[in-house]
Amino acid sequence: MSLTENKILTIEGRGIPLEGNDIDTDQVVPARFLKEITFKNMGDYLFYDARFDEDGKAKAHPLNDSKFKGGKFLVVQENFGCGSSREHAAQAIKRYGIKAVIGISFSEIFSGNCKSLGIPIVQLDKDQIAKIAHALTDDPTVMCALNIENETFKVGTKIFFFSMAPTLKASLVGGTWDALTLLQNNDQKTNRLDASLPY
Amino acid sequence: MSKNTLYDKVWDKHKVDTLPTGQDHLFIGLHLIHEVTTPQAFSMMEETGATVKFPHRTFATTDHIIPTQAQERPFADSKAESMMQALENNVKKYGIKYFDFKSGKQGIVHVVGPELGLTRPGMTIVCGDSHTSTHGAFGALAFGIGTTEVRHVLETQSLALNRLKVRKINVTGDIPKGVYAKDIILAIIQVLGVNGGIGYAYEFNGEVIHRLSMEERMTICNMSIEGGARIGYINPDDVTYDYLKGREFAPKGEAFDKAVDYWKSIASDNDAEYDDVVNIDGSKLEPMVTWGTTPAQSIGVSGKIPSLESFSEDDRPVLSKALAYMDVKEGQFIKGLPIDVAFIGSCTNSRISDLREAAKVLKGKKVNVKTLVVPGSQSVRSQAQKEGLDKIFTEAGAEWRFAGCSMCLAMNPDRLKGTQRCVSTSNRNFMGRQGSPTGRTLLMSPASVAASAIEGKVADIRESY
Repeated sequence: MSLTENKILTIEGRGIPLEGNDIDTDQVVPARFLKEITFKNMGDYLFYDARFDEDGKAKAHPLNDSKFKGGKFLVVQENFGCGSSREHAAQAIKRYGIKAVIGISFSEIFSGNCKSLGIPIVQLDKDQIAKIAHALTDDPTVMCALNIENETFKVGTKIFFFSMAPTLKASLVGGTWDALTLLQNNDQKTNRLDASLPY
Repeated sequence: MSKNTLYDKVWDKHKVDTLPTGQDHLFIGLHLIHEVTTPQAFSMMEETGATVKFPHRTFATTDHIIPTQAQERPFADSKAESMMQALENNVKKYGIKYFDFKSGKQGIVHVVGPELGLTRPGMTIVCGDSHTSTHGAFGALAFGIGTTEVRHVLETQSLALNRLKVRKINVTGDIPKGVYAKDIILAIIQVLGVNGGIGYAYEFNGEVIHRLSMEERMTICNMSIEGGARIGYINPDDVTYDYLKGREFAPKGEAFDKAVDYWKSIASDNDAEYDDVVNIDGSKLEPMVTWGTTPAQSIGVSGKIPSLESFSEDDRPVLSKALAYMDVKEGQFIKGLPIDVAFIGSCTNSRISDLREAAKVLKGKKVNVKTLVVPGSQSVRSQAQKEGLDKIFTEAGAEWRFAGCSMCLAMNPDRLKGTQRCVSTSNRNFMGRQGSPTGRTLLMSPASVAASAIEGKVADIRESY
């Protein structure tokens, strides 16, 4: 894939609000579902134990609510994605069809995994997230629009301004969110660093 | 911005370049891998025909899915068997050193790296596992990564990263009897919160920290990530150098002395600058136990579960959900809470000193609940057997198992059933963490877990002496 194809500039779609702080990656994908050597089924396991009881019966959860079906933005609260480094969590979100995650704060490793997969992470303050979640609950059909370059998130006619780390913005807008090529381009410098280390 | 800390020095030494995105291109000195987070990375490499850039900088072992009772191959669990085979094929194909069952060196990756002397000061160390922060105990920058990043390290021995801020956490005073490394880190997380460390590396410092053994230091750094800090480290000192001397992969003879010079040079300077400093009075600590579903929801064992009113209105819905999940009430004493299972193990507390502390408590006593003792590695297991600890455990009625992650995250057959309540030396009391979607976990030190196993309820270790 060329870099142009990888560029992430704008995303449009509906949103899914999720309650609760400190949603850990064990909740995003429980450990028993990690016993697979590919990521291909991960979308099926997203928030599994919060969505289904032990007999597999659906529980009340936004992802089980037909009103939110097909939503592209997941709107979360504080410290989302804490705990385990499992990329399975970000993979599950992506494979489920979520294109961006909007929230108050995110764990470091989870954010890194989202960047690697080209899932924009957008941070807004508590009041703004509350307003967005409220708007989505009131009207699940409301259209949202994320513009990375302008750093805006629109919910219907209401515009929210966010500030994105310049490195993340550059990676998404430039299509280099998977840094492999950038790292490969520095191969000679990497060799020199290897030779310079005392171990 | 921090200046002249260990973090700054080691980062600068490993910085290859600034990437066009503004991120730093960081060289990775040591890469540890296991069966759960690598097969997808190797598959992607296979598709493009890529090779491993520096195979001698990557080491493999197997831990997450390992059954701790019947280890004959093929494993009864076909999914576990296929993960095991994928790892075996990949290490063979790409020429990676692998510590398997036959080597006698298999175990939890964060126990194996240090005990073999692979983990050393001044290194950058990564693994597809969030508890890689453990290795920071040696004065290394060690952190967990995702699978795409595992691929980056395999193919380029490097990563694209943003620099973190550095917070110094000073623990001073004399810690009371019955308070262990586990209690210190649980107390730190309680004070700073599960998200307090986002954007930070934690430097653990102060007289209490530097009096700890290497194994105790590993317990502290292991749980940095539970406080939101991807990296936790301790400046190397004589305790570090003594631990490393003579280990299989540590430098020998003159090379060791030369290495010590390097290790000393990367420690934080006395006048280093930090982005934040936090002081903790160690003399005020008591044995800790978690009552909720995050590692910050903890109290001293003599205390009462806090009332919702003591928290802000915003926090209350999450807290009442935690109370309901754990089936406990605000204002209730935690001591005396009945338990069903006790688990001693995990990358936090499965080293020989942890087992010795548990054995001291269990010697000549009987446990009242199902108790699993799972050593961190084959080496820890054989050392414990040499010392007769296995006999103490089995005579007390506990089960003595083979090495692996076991019931910390229950990817093997060891798991809670239904709403069982488990006192555990592991690191996460998340909902469903120990294998039952409704299972309940209370985090404690090995001595506290052992004392609780005897009583069949949450116990105060200080009453056992």
